[in-house]
Amino acid sequence: MHPAFSVIFLTTLIGVGQGLFLAIYTTEIYSKFQLLAEHDLSSFYGLSSLIAVGFLIVGLGASFFHLGHPERAWRAASQWRTSWLSREVIVLPVTMGLIALYGLSYLFGYNPVLFQTPGGMIINLSLVLGALATLATFTLFVCTAMIYASLKFLQEWHSPLTVINYILLGGASGFTLATALSAWMSAGLTGFYAGLAILLTVLALVFRLASLRRNRRLRPAVQVKSGIGVHHPEIVQKAQGAMGGSFNTREFFHGKKAGFVRSIKYIFLILVFPLPLILLGVTFEQPMFLIPLAAFIAQYLGLIAERWYFFADARHPQNMYYQSIA
Amino acid sequence: MTQLALVIDLNVCVGCHACVTSCKEWNTSGIAGPMTDERPYGADPTGTFFNRVQTFEVGEFPATETVHFPKSCLHCEDPPCVPVCPTGASFKREEDGIVLVDYDKCIGCKYCSWACPYGARELDEKQKVMKKCTLCVDRIYDQSLPENERKPACVISCPTNARLFGDIHDPQSEVSTAILDRGGYQLQPEWGTNPANHYLPRRKNTMTIHPDELKRVDNPLSQEERQAHWGKTEGPSLDDMSSWEDN
Repeated sequence: MHPAFSVIFLTTLIGVGQGLFLAIYTTEIYSKFQLLAEHDLSSFYGLSSLIAVGFLIVGLGASFFHLGHPERAWRAASQWRTSWLSREVIVLPVTMGLIALYGLSYLFGYNPVLFQTPGGMIINLSLVLGALATLATFTLFVCTAMIYASLKFLQEWHSPLTVINYILLGGASGFTLATALSAWMSAGLTGFYAGLAILLTVLALVFRLASLRRNRRLRPAVQVKSGIGVHHPEIVQKAQGAMGGSFNTREFFHGKKAGFVRSIKYIFLILVFPLPLILLGVTFEQPMFLIPLAAFIAQYLGLIAERWYFFADARHPQNMYYQSIA
Repeated sequence: MTQLALVIDLNVCVGCHACVTSCKEWNTSGIAGPMTDERPYGADPTGTFFNRVQTFEVGEFPATETVHFPKSCLHCEDPPCVPVCPTGASFKREEDGIVLVDYDKCIGCKYCSWACPYGARELDEKQKVMKKCTLCVDRIYDQSLPENERKPACVISCPTNARLFGDIHDPQSEVSTAILDRGGYQLQPEWGTNPANHYLPRRKNTMTIHPDELKRVDNPLSQEERQAHWGKTEGPSLDDMSSWEDN
């Protein structure tokens, strides 16, 4: 497939935003159970949530560049019964809204106690909003990934690994950013986030390698024999019906040499995984703001390469009809 | 339920592209148009087509065969492009099974083209909406046309009659009998899309003639036969011209 930068930025940016929110809410849950040293984190929660919403907004903005008619984008919410893309279009603003409400409840200090559980635990507004936003965040991860994973013709994407990788890579980049934000705002959570970011990055590496291994072993499910219905082992295309290319040759081919694609793979394998892992490790010793920030920037740039490779790696079955021009 | 479809005979198609040009001619000015061409006279021309004829070479030289392969939307009975559409612009008509795109609803997200394993959909670079074969829906129901012209433009234009059009759900139709009698098949059946369009396979038209079959031994009117039985006769035989009266 031809990697479109609008979609690359959409999926990576909203991944960061979703991961960042999950990082914030994780600390709220940990605090609730008194697993973290208690001190007031309201402004950190509030600001970080709004930063997460910012990532989601920029990601959504990028997606409009993918459309031929962005002014009609509202129509895309109608087919949620069948289309994962439509579901994403609905869940994305819902997630944004819930995370924004969560952040605003902290920033404005409006966090009333809603009720008390029989066990004596106090349930306040932010906890409920955060739980709803977490549900929306995971739904959004699933919707985004299922847009690709649901296409059975694209065997490289048609796997649960696609969904797992979107969640883990989004989560890892969000927790890495949370590490940097914590160091910047001196929230005292730098080590906590760095540990979880390392855990998620290692998990993401395991599952991304698993999908690379799976895709390397894939063989096209349908051959040109079946594509034109002539059952002969030797079929060579002599003409594709147009000399100057067509939508079919532009949309479904990345047009890059194998060496270039391979180099992108190595770039993302270094930038997304070992480099941030080293930098996050250093953060434990040297909790300077710039180090986790560098880890985040490296990981995010790596994710752009990772998403580019994700698209370029998928071989569409229609390509069998466009093997040679003439 | 009706399912209109094309049946394309690969044994007859000569790859002349008449269906391609007539499709473009009809549809670029019809309801499905325009089918924009970009840089038509430039070094790198491209454009929107609903139908293309591709050519494949089968076998290894010198034992090769050239297969011309017209390719357009197959109007699948279970079209994968329809459920993925986020706006409902892509739809399959209940009444005749034609898969169409509502250009006023399409947002040009290209997701349907990703979901089609046949590459049957093309984004129009000018109008920025997804376009595809309509089976000439603005032609086949047009009461102002003579009845024998209410067919897709490609079917009418085909000089070798390689393209048949009709309802594949009607077992008596020309297309159904062609599929049944001549081994009609679907493209990429593995995916379960159940394409409505079928293709008729290449056939080997060979005949073995033995020398004795070139002469009808029991023809009583042949010159040789008459000579063998009656000796030399006068006047022309039936082999040359009719001459009952003369004899």
